[in-house]
Amino acid sequence: MSVRKLFRGLKKDGKKALLPFLTVGDPSAAATVELAQVMEKAGAHGMEMGLPFSDPLADGPTIQASSQRALTSGFTVAKYLKTLAEVKKKTSFPLIAMTYYNPVFKMGLDTFAKRLAAAGACAAIIPDLPPEEALPWARAAKQNSIETIFLVAPNTPDERVIKADKLSTGFLYYVSVTGVTGARKALPRDILDNLRRVRRLAKNPVVVGFGVSGPRQARLLKDEAHGVIVGSALVDLAHRSYGKKGWKKKVGSFVERLIRAMG
Amino acid sequence: MLPTKKGRFGRYGGMFIPETLMPAVIELEEAYKKAKRDPKFKRELTAHLKEYAGRPTSLYFAERLTEHLGGARIYLKREDLAHTGAHKINNTLGQVLLARAMGKTRIIAETGAGMHGVATATAAARFGLKCIVYMGTEDIRRQAMNVHRMELLGARVEPVEKGSCTLKDAINEAIRDWVTNVRSTHYVIGSVVGPHPYPMMVRDFQSVIGREVKAQMKRVNGSWPDLMVACVGGGSNAMGLFYTFVDTKAEMIGVEAAGKGLSLGKHSATLTAGSRGILHGALSYLLQTRDGQIKEAHSVAAGLDYPGTGPEHAYYKETGRVKYVAVTDHKALMAFKMLSELEGIIPALESAHAVAHVVEIAPKLPKKKTVVICLSGRGDKDLEEVRRLT
Repeated sequence: MSVRKLFRGLKKDGKKALLPFLTVGDPSAAATVELAQVMEKAGAHGMEMGLPFSDPLADGPTIQASSQRALTSGFTVAKYLKTLAEVKKKTSFPLIAMTYYNPVFKMGLDTFAKRLAAAGACAAIIPDLPPEEALPWARAAKQNSIETIFLVAPNTPDERVIKADKLSTGFLYYVSVTGVTGARKALPRDILDNLRRVRRLAKNPVVVGFGVSGPRQARLLKDEAHGVIVGSALVDLAHRSYGKKGWKKKVGSFVERLIRAMG
Repeated sequence: MLPTKKGRFGRYGGMFIPETLMPAVIELEEAYKKAKRDPKFKRELTAHLKEYAGRPTSLYFAERLTEHLGGARIYLKREDLAHTGAHKINNTLGQVLLARAMGKTRIIAETGAGMHGVATATAAARFGLKCIVYMGTEDIRRQAMNVHRMELLGARVEPVEKGSCTLKDAINEAIRDWVTNVRSTHYVIGSVVGPHPYPMMVRDFQSVIGREVKAQMKRVNGSWPDLMVACVGGGSNAMGLFYTFVDTKAEMIGVEAAGKGLSLGKHSATLTAGSRGILHGALSYLLQTRDGQIKEAHSVAAGLDYPGTGPEHAYYKETGRVKYVAVTDHKALMAFKMLSELEGIIPALESAHAVAHVVEIAPKLPKKKTVVICLSGRGDKDLEEVRRLT
């Protein structure tokens, strides 16, 4: 299923999307597959699948550490693609690849897009690829039916929001804070005003990520956003609990609580 | 005139950064363009470079080194004599003046050897701005003196204990800080790296080196130098020297750090032994794995210990305008000693790489040829590390 289709369906049902993020390969490929299954069962609508990168400069400490763990254990791009395919086989929700640009560039844009599609991903988010530099990738992605999602931030001026929205297929990613990824206790005070501004300008659904750490924030955002992405909080929970007694219930119930908060 | 409007040197350069930083680099580019046209800004910068930083630095004929090597005439461009002991002050004065013009109240910087950190802390102190410097813990260990200097200048040194704990990781942390405090903060990048407009702007601020050399050589020799040699990590002192001469026939050599040797894989020779890729906002040459993960660099010189390099250098490598070679830790240490003993000048370990290459080639060059080495910094900061290693 494409991301576009997902949001069309959610709109019809009057629902909001919950898209969890995982660093693929942390702590192992098998764990990623299991975690994705648990999240789908708990009701998540799709997954953001992070490719571990050595220099994740848009990420805070939690995802940095998680990427480092995956890389130290010998995780590679080939293993990443294989894990994606494995998750695809065992789940039916859309898989969105999240990667920094250098691994894509190194493999070659077209090859990367082709292999993503073959592995079953339907979309990609590249946080260090702004619209100015995105045309070659957008072309390769389109040719391989990969949707590309661009990001906008609180300090993004209107004309840039429009530009990013035009290039985006699937949804527009609203970065809730000026800052790196990471769970935060409180979101910025002007977040709802800013979200309204972005929604007014965008034709795509607008999904909020960065800093969303729990049900309280999901509830705050539900009326203004089409969905939320929860990354660091889940990566951290998975890291602390995976493999321990009752971990599936723990991770599952966190996802359920997030969805209930947006219901 | 390079770069293009999109910040490209040929295919290299660009702006590969998170959207949150795009407004900041666009604002910076506007401010820089405005400053460049503003005679008042130019006058002010020139005055500070002269009265405060001690420019012009001298072009010194290295008589005993020339005699010892028995070939080409060797001149040293004495950036080690600039205030704070390296060429870095040329850029930090320019950028801090610009930050002030943009109304930014907070300055951040990364540093490897500590020279850029000290130069930023100095300029920030001079203009009363708050300054935070990110520095890898490995570099804090081997450049302890510069940490004390920065603290004395009122800057806060933020230790970075991630990855290789060196320059690359310090840049990552500085970028993360910038993303977070983008409205109040200007990031003073210390080399010709990073997203557009940094490679162009830092080059322009450093090109005072080449302009002075051109005038000075003309005075002493009646012509331009035949050959110019400078060390290249990110490559700001080299770009500063080379840029004025790009359209002349002068030969240019950039000297990278071969570390323990290129075959061992422990080096920082990005242009000599790396491949194309994207790091810290620009497409350039990198040390990376087949998967596009960034590899750790190695060099005895903390200022060269970086797995990337400036996009304009990548472009000159491709066009063949500049030749790039690499020199091992061992040879750099020998040159460090040689220059100290023969000329009474203790070079920075970074600059010693350039000297080492000239030691190798000068004997084979005719006596009428002139060579200018950019002596980018002084070596006081390296004494402890050299004593530990030899």
